[in-house]
Amino acid sequence: MMWKIFRYLLLGLLSFHAAQAQDMVLIKKGSYVPLYGTADKRPVAVKAFYLDVFPVTNQDYLEFLETNKSYSKSQIKKLFADKSYLAYWKSDFDYAPAKAKAPVTNVSWYAAKKFCESKGMRLPTMDEWEYAAMSDAKTMDARTKKSYNQYILSWYETAKTYNNEVGSTFKNYWGVYDMHGLVWEWTSDFNSIFLTGESRKDKGEDGNLFCGGASVNASDLMNYAAFMRYAFRGSMKASYSSRNLGFRCARDVK
Amino acid sequence: MALFAFGLLAQACQNPETSTQVELKQPTLTDSLSDLSVYNLPSQWTNQNGEEMELKDLKGNVVVAVMIYTSCKAACPRLVDDMRHIEKTVKSKNKDKIKFLLVSIDPKVDTPERLKQFAIENEMDGEQWIFLRSNEEDTREFAATLAVNYKQISPIDFSHSNIISLFNAQGELVYQQEGLGVDYAPTIGAIEKEASKI
Repeated sequence: MMWKIFRYLLLGLLSFHAAQAQDMVLIKKGSYVPLYGTADKRPVAVKAFYLDVFPVTNQDYLEFLETNKSYSKSQIKKLFADKSYLAYWKSDFDYAPAKAKAPVTNVSWYAAKKFCESKGMRLPTMDEWEYAAMSDAKTMDARTKKSYNQYILSWYETAKTYNNEVGSTFKNYWGVYDMHGLVWEWTSDFNSIFLTGESRKDKGEDGNLFCGGASVNASDLMNYAAFMRYAFRGSMKASYSSRNLGFRCARDVK
Repeated sequence: MALFAFGLLAQACQNPETSTQVELKQPTLTDSLSDLSVYNLPSQWTNQNGEEMELKDLKGNVVVAVMIYTSCKAACPRLVDDMRHIEKTVKSKNKDKIKFLLVSIDPKVDTPERLKQFAIENEMDGEQWIFLRSNEEDTREFAATLAVNYKQISPIDFSHSNIISLFNAQGELVYQQEGLGVDYAPTIGAIEKEASKI
């Protein structure tokens, strides 16, 4: 009987610790002018929200799979993830040879969403993500700073940053790590991108995303650095996954 | 009596494994629910008659789906026109098993009452027409499943893809017609083909 009580206590303590490990910080409310996605250049309001300090790791994801086995590599329904899902994992419950604290990638939007929901959280919206990501260590909106953009652009030229551990890049103004320099990240509304011409037109002009329009005229480093993220989001489908695409979770302020 | 109660309590404590039991099996819906079926989405919807339903209630029907919003002035009227035209042109002995689904991307404004009014105004008030709305999150998920992009660009306006999607009787997405002013014939062919398989 005492042993059973002790076991419960231990279990309780461990799950409490696990919850604490999912550190989040408060991103205060504000507004910002998105570089893409709006026809005009008016500021968009962002309500205060909590954001994960680090992207979700392989170890975090393994723990999720242990209680959500239907999301394992061999069991997940094709509606929710295509063949590339967890491709680099050795097997259903083994992320070798990747590191425990490296960001989990090759997860579809549905899987990322489910992970966050399982913790009573959600994916951040694109506006939330962009707003939190536009800072460097000292400045809340660092997008016009050369050093900020150079950092992002040199990251684009560095191979396999997904092998690095979370926390290995830089801590930004909000106390959040790895918004740039590690992996791309899913947002809840990745499918709200219209990058070609008039926003009311058909979306079926993906060719323009990469060959013309915004990218050709973006001699401006700032626009190019951001453009890649929007272009990437625009190219994704909910069941796709990519080796350099991970995610982190967000939570409303209650 | 006290002993009995205590016994029950002790019994409850005896089975800690069941209280911390984790999900070991996939939830089984029906045997024949395909891996690719949109009916795997558990979301709840309300139709124009205020009735609650899940997508899988449509199983067994061929479903032609579009995403619109009732206050849309530009592309949606044309999409609605396309749907009406397709409905009129499709020929099938299983026509009663072909459902035309219009899903709102603006659930805040598009209440069931509003959808009903829209249905009547647009001569789409029959058994074959189903208007649905849900919460914003499940709407976003359904759109992602159809690869329909949408974004609220002003308090009353949305940008959205113009796509008509076809689901077979198992709920698998088998065909899509993208854009406006596109030739309907392949879409109608695809619908008739799926309907003939029922």
